[in-house]
Amino acid sequence: MSALVPQALSIRLQGCAKTFRDGTRALESLDLSISAGETLVLLGPSGCGKTTTLRLIAGLEQPDAGGKVFFDDTDVTTLGIEARKIGMVFQSYALFPNMTVAQNVGYGLRILKMPKTEQQVRIREMLAMMRIEALADRRIDQLSGGQRQRVALARALAVRPQALLLDEPLTALDARLRDALRVEINQLLRSLGITTIYVTHDQAEAMALGDRIIVMSHGRVEQIGTPREIYHQPGSAFVANFIGSMNQLRGVVTPQGFTCSAGCLNWDRSGVAERVLFRPEDVSIVTSSEFAELTGVVKASFFMGDHTRLLVDVGDEAPITVLDDARCPQAVGQKLYMRVAPLGLMSI
Amino acid sequence: MAYRKILFGMQLGLCVLVCVFLILPMGLSVIAGLTNNYFVGLDSGLTLRWVLEVWGGYHDTIFRSVWIALACVFVTLIIGVPAAYVLHRSPQRLARWLEELLVLPIAVPGLATALALIAMYGGWGNLRSSWLFILIGHVLFTLPFMVRSVLAVLGGIDLHTLEEGGASLGANFTQRFFHIVLPNCRQGILAGALMVLTLSMGEFNMTWLLHTPFTKTLPVGLADAYASLRLEVGSAYTLLFFLMIVPLLLLMQAIAQPRQKKFELVEDEVVILLSESAKS
Ligand SMILES: Nc1ncnc2c1ncn2[C@@H]1O[C@H](COP(=O)(O)OP(=O)(O)OP(=O)(O)O)[C@@H](O)[C@H]1O
Ligand SMILES: [Mg+2]
Repeated sequence: MSALVPQALSIRLQGCAKTFRDGTRALESLDLSISAGETLVLLGPSGCGKTTTLRLIAGLEQPDAGGKVFFDDTDVTTLGIEARKIGMVFQSYALFPNMTVAQNVGYGLRILKMPKTEQQVRIREMLAMMRIEALADRRIDQLSGGQRQRVALARALAVRPQALLLDEPLTALDARLRDALRVEINQLLRSLGITTIYVTHDQAEAMALGDRIIVMSHGRVEQIGTPREIYHQPGSAFVANFIGSMNQLRGVVTPQGFTCSAGCLNWDRSGVAERVLFRPEDVSIVTSSEFAELTGVVKASFFMGDHTRLLVDVGDEAPITVLDDARCPQAVGQKLYMRVAPLGLMSI
Repeated sequence: MAYRKILFGMQLGLCVLVCVFLILPMGLSVIAGLTNNYFVGLDSGLTLRWVLEVWGGYHDTIFRSVWIALACVFVTLIIGVPAAYVLHRSPQRLARWLEELLVLPIAVPGLATALALIAMYGGWGNLRSSWLFILIGHVLFTLPFMVRSVLAVLGGIDLHTLEEGGASLGANFTQRFFHIVLPNCRQGILAGALMVLTLSMGEFNMTWLLHTPFTKTLPVGLADAYASLRLEVGSAYTLLFFLMIVPLLLLMQAIAQPRQKKFELVEDEVVILLSESAKS
């Protein structure tokens, strides 16, 4: 499969900011390097500048003066998208309605003036890879959303691009299909070893696909790291709250530990901390007050299928979330004793 | 339910009435062109005499009309399609303004446009006595129909993203224009072309002032025939005109069939344009 991608490309952005003509500052000055063969995910809420970053890399937008884009060691800042030899999958797929599936997939080859017979071979190869051989002669408006997605990927990969850029490729699909395609895309990217930049606002997608994740907000990078780092060592309150669910307690560090209104947590780190953070899965429910670090009252309970999610009032401004057994959960109004795994505690 | 039926009946009745009102004169005209003596009526017998007479005397106007109409389609395609594309891509305010400006030749009475053309360019070489002079008038009048019809289709597709998709696969501007832009507004181009063809064939207002004895078009010849010859001859002329224009109109409808939605947009535009031209 490695023959599909001649050699992977490394990409570097240097001081790339973007201000649109109407004055919108979509991106603050950004430095970023993506190593060859890596899958990098741009993650962040709507309007944070993910698409803008991707379009800068693609060559669909120019950075503000001073910004530079490098492919390997070549400065491609002034090069248009036509010359950058990258594959791109658009959120709306941008498939050509006037062409069949096969013609869409072969369009890049036609532009390269590849001999017709070779084109046919390559098109068949791509359709087989995406398992849509049967659709070759269909028109685009005769395809389902998932099928369109596959055609868009096949079309982008057919020219054997140096890098693949995807802008929320799964957002338009329903949840089940999204999960299935996510697994498939993951396997595909791993087997191709192609440098990939993947934009999404779905954290599960980011976790599953990314070698590294960039969390963005308001045109700024909040944190860059592996999915594990982002999840377990969030660099800012924004990242902590954006990724997964996070509990927060206010209190003070005392000789006994971190003391808050609901009890005292085992806290042996030096320095002051006004608030600690921990994830619901690090909270365990204990049966007696003897072993309890925190005490609270169950305010609400949500059945999630494989577990029950409890909202527990601990006298802080917001209730904390605790995971409980699926079959026999604690009743609402009941008093709850809890412990928090010391490794799960964070302060920011 | 009963109420609905009555309503439907009334609508149907009105529709039939209007159709009869419009179609009856045309039918009579066709029959008049085929009867020996219209004042005696059908009893005088049917004949092709008048049709042949018209063909003998006026076939040059028919050929000229077809030729000018085809040339008009060609010119409006060359100018109108790129113009629509540029209008579609340019900033909203400017584009709106230019679009309105384009409608002027329809809104201004044809006679006024023709007079202006004669006053301005009538003295240029022998342009005045050339068929090109009429062509210029027809292009002025029909161009907005082409532009609007292409614009209507462009408004319904996300051409910008499609072009970006093409560019990401390496296509340059020319390749994108011919591979992506043109095929995707084919419907609007076809509709526009047929509209221009039929409008140019039937244009009388402006042509009547612009024409010279050597550059008579079919509708001008028709007016001559009505004014100076027997009613049967004029009617035979009308019959010939129908024979040419009706197949075109049918073709227009047929092309409209496959992609209903887009054409509805075009139709809306046409209705607006026609009502504007009716005002003048
Ligand atoms: N062409 C443009 N002109 C002006 N402002 C723009 C333009 N494109 C984007 N913006 C603005 O730049 C900011 C970042 O937009 P961007 O499309 O990069 O967000 P995003 O992170 O991709 O969001 P989403 O998840 O909704 O796609 C937004 O505030 C947006 O309104
Ligand atoms: Mg976006």
